Amino acid sequence: MQRMMNSVGNKMETKGLNLYYKNFQALFNVSLPVREHRVTALIGPSGCGKSTFLRTLNRMNDVIEGTRIEGEVLLDGNNIYAPGVDPVALRKKVGMVFQRPNPFPMSIFDNIAYGPRIHGIKNKETLAEIVEKSLQAAALWDEVKDRLHKSALGLSGGQQQRLVLARVLAVEPEVILMDEPASALDPISTAKLEDLIHQLKNNYTIVIVTHNMQQAARISDYTGFFLNGEMIEYDYTNNIFTAPRDKRTEDYITGRFG
Amino acid sequence: MNARARDRAATIMFWVGAGLVLLILGTLIGYIFYHGLKSIDWRFITSPPQSIRAGGGIGPQIFNSFYILILTMAISIPIGLLAGIYLAEYAGRSRLAEAVRVAIETLTSLPSIVVGLFGLLVFVNATGWGYSLMSGALALTVFNLPFLVRVSEESIRGVTRELAEGSLALGATHWQTIWRIIIPGAFPSLITGIIITSGRVFGEAAALLYTAGMSSPALDFSNWNIFSPDSPLNPFRPAETLAVHIWKVNSEGIIPDVRRVADGSAAMLVMVVLAFNFGARWLGRYIHRRLTAA
Repeated sequence: MQRMMNSVGNKMETKGLNLYYKNFQALFNVSLPVREHRVTALIGPSGCGKSTFLRTLNRMNDVIEGTRIEGEVLLDGNNIYAPGVDPVALRKKVGMVFQRPNPFPMSIFDNIAYGPRIHGIKNKETLAEIVEKSLQAAALWDEVKDRLHKSALGLSGGQQQRLVLARVLAVEPEVILMDEPASALDPISTAKLEDLIHQLKNNYTIVIVTHNMQQAARISDYTGFFLNGEMIEYDYTNNIFTAPRDKRTEDYITGRFG
Repeated sequence: MNARARDRAATIMFWVGAGLVLLILGTLIGYIFYHGLKSIDWRFITSPPQSIRAGGGIGPQIFNSFYILILTMAISIPIGLLAGIYLAEYAGRSRLAEAVRVAIETLTSLPSIVVGLFGLLVFVNATGWGYSLMSGALALTVFNLPFLVRVSEESIRGVTRELAEGSLALGATHWQTIWRIIIPGAFPSLITGIIITSGRVFGEAAALLYTAGMSSPALDFSNWNIFSPDSPLNPFRPAETLAVHIWKVNSEGIIPDVRRVADGSAAMLVMVVLAFNFGARWLGRYIHRRLTAA
């Protein structure tokens, strides 16, 4: 088994990661690999630090005042917290989908074109191609192709979340982080999103935070279990759900708490 | 008294409070319109005032009020917006931010007559401009700026964090996020806030008495040369505004129709301020609909 686990390279990896908000420590010595072209799920009860951990992977915590980090977060072997690393350039490579769909108050087209435009693409045909390709990849094209220039806020929640995903795909990231992306969606929209995640891992490395254990079991290849800011156990998803090694993992997945 | 009766009594008191507010406003506006509306006609709002005879109008005063408002806004909107964005997006809890906040609170509570006298010393005397539209506009900027900074900060903060994070997570810089997401998102409430502060500026008198002055030169409305002393557009000429005119006519007017002119001017002023307020609400809603409609 050990050999198999090493057969896939690490796209990202954290080493001894501690995170503090002012005097409060939110993460304790977290070391976790993120395998390339695989889906890694992070599970755990509310407030366990899984979302905070996710946000260290694209330095979104930088935005929050009073946040301090110790340890390393590697992307392709380079520490993204090293001095001189530009978080803006990093976030182009490591995209993020948030818990609540957050389409910009503009047209569907402009939402998708937002990222490419910011990164300097002005040519209209190129933009139109990117928009179509991204919407296709997010399985939304057929539903919106006739209303590209209508406001994105008119879409349903599930469509909005796929729109946001398409918006991330449009900047061609290498890693996609998802913070409970289905928690505000109905079951049908959730199923669509899960299908999509399954397809996307061919081209992208995905890390998904979820409080839904069935979801983690369905879509992920690896799972990390978080509790009180610590990473308790990391393994193949299959192993975590059928043969957890730690008593606390077992208690959590059998629904004894959380 | 049991809980139910107390609840009932409290409800009634809240209604009474709200009712009193409406009643005061209604009475005030009703009184002003009842006395003033009958003096307003086209001649009154377009012709110049008379200093001794009856039959004067308020044309130049209305023009001066709008002109000084435009000058004031041209100066204070950029500063207010920049400071508001700084406070909402960059400042956090830094020492500079605290200093700015204290400054704003202090400026807000400064009586406008004090602003006016400060303006007399600095914008009228020290600059050597004398009583002028520009001096008045600068005094009004001091008067208006704290409100504008607040309006800007609150509008910017009103844009959800999630939108800003969505933009940052796509690799946008802070500035790109502010320019393309936050400012457009804040736009409806910014516009509303700016127009409402415009109403305050339009009605202000005390800050202008000793800065823009209490008289206007004879104006030639066909002269568009802004350097000419009798051009209405010259920003360095004295300019009595509508609000100042009401004060002056009432306190030292010797024309026989003082009441007619004062009542008409007051009604005119209130109409414009009301138009600002209703216009702001309507425009804010309209823009919001345009931006969010499917």
